[in-house]
Amino acid sequence: MFLNQFLLFAAALFCIGVYGVLTRKNGVLMLMSIELILNAVNINLVAFGAYTGTISGQVFALFVIAVAAAEVGVGLAIVLLIYRNRRSIDVSEADLLQG
Amino acid sequence: MIAALSSGALFAQSSMTNTEEWVANGVFYVIAAVALFAAIKMVTTSNVVHAALYLLVVLAVVAAVYILLGAEFAAATQVLVYLGAIMVLLLFGVMLTRAKIGHEDDLDHEQKWIGGLVAVLLMAVMSYSLVDEFDTIELPADRQPQRTQEVADSIFSTFIVPFEAISLLLLAALIGAVVVARRD
Repeated sequence: MFLNQFLLFAAALFCIGVYGVLTRKNGVLMLMSIELILNAVNINLVAFGAYTGTISGQVFALFVIAVAAAEVGVGLAIVLLIYRNRRSIDVSEADLLQG
Repeated sequence: MIAALSSGALFAQSSMTNTEEWVANGVFYVIAAVALFAAIKMVTTSNVVHAALYLLVVLAVVAAVYILLGAEFAAATQVLVYLGAIMVLLLFGVMLTRAKIGHEDDLDHEQKWIGGLVAVLLMAVMSYSLVDEFDTIELPADRQPQRTQEVADSIFSTFIVPFEAISLLLLAALIGAVVVARRD
């Protein structure tokens, strides 16, 4: 198996996730796209770990999974708060900082 | 999916023969195609719950890819944390924000083409540099699965400081999420 087939697969998932983050305006859907991006990064880490034969890649993937769990928890709390204050999770309507 | 998992476990026992390599390659391309299809549907569908279910497919395929690469503990963690916990959390988010269960027209920005352009350009740059740098590099044919014991040894010796930092981060995120979302 080539190393590149995993890296290109991860790159494709990453780009689809970036497209999702850029085009979605529903807060929950944005969080889902961010999960896609983090998973693409994890595939890279594990693939390089398998290539070099070291354990570090897998360990870092585990750390990324832990950070992703923390991220989605806080992110959903923020989305919930936006919904409670504005009755909508459309992120393009949360524009109080616009002059 | 089950076929992918069992073929991954099959070749993980010893170094791979030619047939096993061929099977693993075939399995990889099939599940990669499924994952890319599900990912594209996820970012384009107009139904929030369907998007969550498509994400579930992608996450399951990523777990299968970990097994193909011999990272068994990461695959188990992926299933437990992502497919178990994070998906439930996201579906709760859909439910609590009362997103419509069904078609919804107003999920995307008006200027979708800018996002598409950025994604395509990013993919072009990344695939050019990947093909330029890593073309023809093969994974070692005699690679062994990375055993859970080695992962534990590594986490609790080399990576003990990041591990403790992650524990604190998770605790802080937990308390933070409760404080932010609490009604008072």
